Amino acid sequence: MHNNGEKLIGSEIFFECLRRENVEYIFGYPGGALLKVYETLHDVEDIEHILVRHEQGATHMAEGYARATGRPGVVLVTSGPGATNTVTGIANAYMDSTPLVVFTGQVPSSLIGNDAFQEADIVGITRPITKHNFLVKDVRELATTIRKAFFLATNGRPGPVLVDMPKDVLNAECMFEWPENVDIRGFKPTIKCHANQVQKAAKMIAKAKRPLLYVGGGVITAEASEELRKLAIDQQIPVTMTLQGLGAFPGDHPLSMGMLGMHGTYWANQAVSNCDLLIAVGARFDDRVTGKVDTFATHAYKIHNDIDPTNVDKNIKVDLPVVGDSKDFLASLIEAMPKSREDRSAWIAEIEKWRKQCPLDYEIEPDSLKTEFVIDEVSKQTKGHAVVVTDVGQHQMWTSQYYKFTEPRSIITSGGLGTMGFGLPSAIGAAFGVTDRPVLLFSGDGGLMMNIQELVTAVYNKLPIKIFLINNSYLGMVRQWQELFHQEKYTFTDLASSNPDFVKVAEAFGCKAMSASNPEAARNAITEALAYNDGPVLVDFRVIRKDMVFPMVPAGGSISDMLLARLNPKTMV
Amino acid sequence: MKHLISVLVENKFGTLNRVAAMFSARGFNLESISIGETEDPEISRMTIVTRGEDRIISQVLKQLNRLVDTIKVTDLTHQPHVERELLLLSLKLSKSTQHEIFELANVFKGKVVDIKQKSITIEFVGSPDKINTAIDLFRPFGIRELARSGAVAIHRGES
Ligand SMILES: Cc1ncc(C[n+]2csc(CCOP(=O)(O)OP(=O)(O)O)c2C)c(N)n1
Ligand SMILES: [Mg+2]
Repeated sequence: MHNNGEKLIGSEIFFECLRRENVEYIFGYPGGALLKVYETLHDVEDIEHILVRHEQGATHMAEGYARATGRPGVVLVTSGPGATNTVTGIANAYMDSTPLVVFTGQVPSSLIGNDAFQEADIVGITRPITKHNFLVKDVRELATTIRKAFFLATNGRPGPVLVDMPKDVLNAECMFEWPENVDIRGFKPTIKCHANQVQKAAKMIAKAKRPLLYVGGGVITAEASEELRKLAIDQQIPVTMTLQGLGAFPGDHPLSMGMLGMHGTYWANQAVSNCDLLIAVGARFDDRVTGKVDTFATHAYKIHNDIDPTNVDKNIKVDLPVVGDSKDFLASLIEAMPKSREDRSAWIAEIEKWRKQCPLDYEIEPDSLKTEFVIDEVSKQTKGHAVVVTDVGQHQMWTSQYYKFTEPRSIITSGGLGTMGFGLPSAIGAAFGVTDRPVLLFSGDGGLMMNIQELVTAVYNKLPIKIFLINNSYLGMVRQWQELFHQEKYTFTDLASSNPDFVKVAEAFGCKAMSASNPEAARNAITEALAYNDGPVLVDFRVIRKDMVFPMVPAGGSISDMLLARLNPKTMV
Repeated sequence: MKHLISVLVENKFGTLNRVAAMFSARGFNLESISIGETEDPEISRMTIVTRGEDRIISQVLKQLNRLVDTIKVTDLTHQPHVERELLLLSLKLSKSTQHEIFELANVFKGKVVDIKQKSITIEFVGSPDKINTAIDLFRPFGIRELARSGAVAIHRGES
């Protein structure tokens, strides 16, 4: 702990600033440009540095930590290759509005621009994928810059911020001065919603006969689940959630419609297509949600609350925009609701009819293993209370359908960017942040290989994460599209003859591992894995290889026209 | 339609790049962009000329606002404003054309900034439309080189 007015060098200022930002963990990897920082770190006791095995792993860990806790994730990497390795994670955090502060070492100021050893213009590279970024040119600006970086990452719509620190700046000395207040004149997010707009929204809601709440990750970021629950239940409005919004409203509540969109439920998509009022809260009308925009919710008056004004009227023209924080929006809406409202029982009954028409279900076969069964069983054994991390692919969509998320900050998944390799490191990051709930990972066999090196990090730190490998030995989601839309030309998606033995791989890393290939064995393996807390455990579920995720809206199709099962390719155009 | 947008930005390294990169990343049209210091040395003014339907322009304005280094974004298109552009025009010069060139330059209130035996450089200031017209009319004389500053614009004062 240092005081204002003390003479410090850049690397000491760096840690002092993190301390004052209440940083618990840094996910990092050393290198030439950071030698001084790692020297200083030797005597830092109150901030824990987690050594990763690849800088992409560090960014995803920071993301997992941030999404699980709501606090910014912190990354520290060296210049050049260390910095460029963070690009995918930064882009991922940008798309999913995850607060990250990424610190990169840089070559000495005097060498910048000279193609110096391990130089990369990381500020230039990451400009379009960060909320903002900084190159610190003078040690006297370091503390203010770090303060601004944390402020920007966490306020308004959260996102990644990068701070590039040249080697000479980290070695230079100056008087430490912690700026208590931050004022960035170009950054003034609208938090409070406009009262008139809220009043209008309340009136529209009261007189709607078929209203629907469409809720995104913004509600989770804003910690507005309580308000959402109250509004939905008082007003009897069904709730459908985006992938990032799952858990904002309890999945086991009768008003929960589950997820909407490409792999959403049939009844949620029917509800969107038939509602007379759509209330979008903290969501951005992403193309995986809307399908063909011309046919999206055409009968509905649309209200859109989002903290980022650029999300309004970007993909879908709305009737009533309400810019501001979703917690403020929902709370003011509850206040503003008139005493009387339309009766919604007929609407809810109609949705129930759709739910019965095309339920989410599957058949158990005694000798083979369906992914749906594995996820459903995990959901039941954890009572929907785990922190569930996924990778990207079929298993991700099945997780969104079959895991009954009951509370916010329960799903951690790469939505916007769809980054394979996100899962394992994110689960590790989440496990550093959350200790009172089990942290589970559903990963595909393709995606697990993309950051498998981080198994070391999990083992070394004895993190009790449950790695549920949904092993179909296929790049399943791509294979599904090949089967449905590309004449069954299965090029480069069959991994059966090249995948390693994942149980052996895990064991070589020092990770407990087992496999299961039928429902009975799977159920037992899940129980055993959930009970094991001395470190990570991997279960290799040998699932049916060619199953496909349904229902599905083909890309660019209308969400009212879902494929409910495999079409006969011969009859397809 | 054409829009004229005035943006006050932090006078910092990289700001121009942030703005230009945002236009290219989001596929917005960028006809011209000019930047210079204001009365406050910490603030620069950018004048941007872009084209698009209303829906696109509204996104352009919001995306500009979203950048941390932008302080104020104003669409001047439908507000009283003055818009000017600078043109430096270098022409071939000969005895036979000399007279006509001087005459035409006068019509456009051009100022001769350099004259040699076989070439002349004239400076013009005016609205981009006027500059376009000037270029068209001088073309027959043989343009050696030209440079345009892009538009700069400012609100008209209160009456
Ligand atoms: C980094 C990256 N590369 C490629 C893709 C394209 N992609 C999306 S899903 C998928 C297959 C994933 O296979 P697997 O991890 O085995 O999961 P499964 O679909 O079989 O459940 C691929 C290749 C991607 N999303 N991310
Ligand atoms: Mg697979």
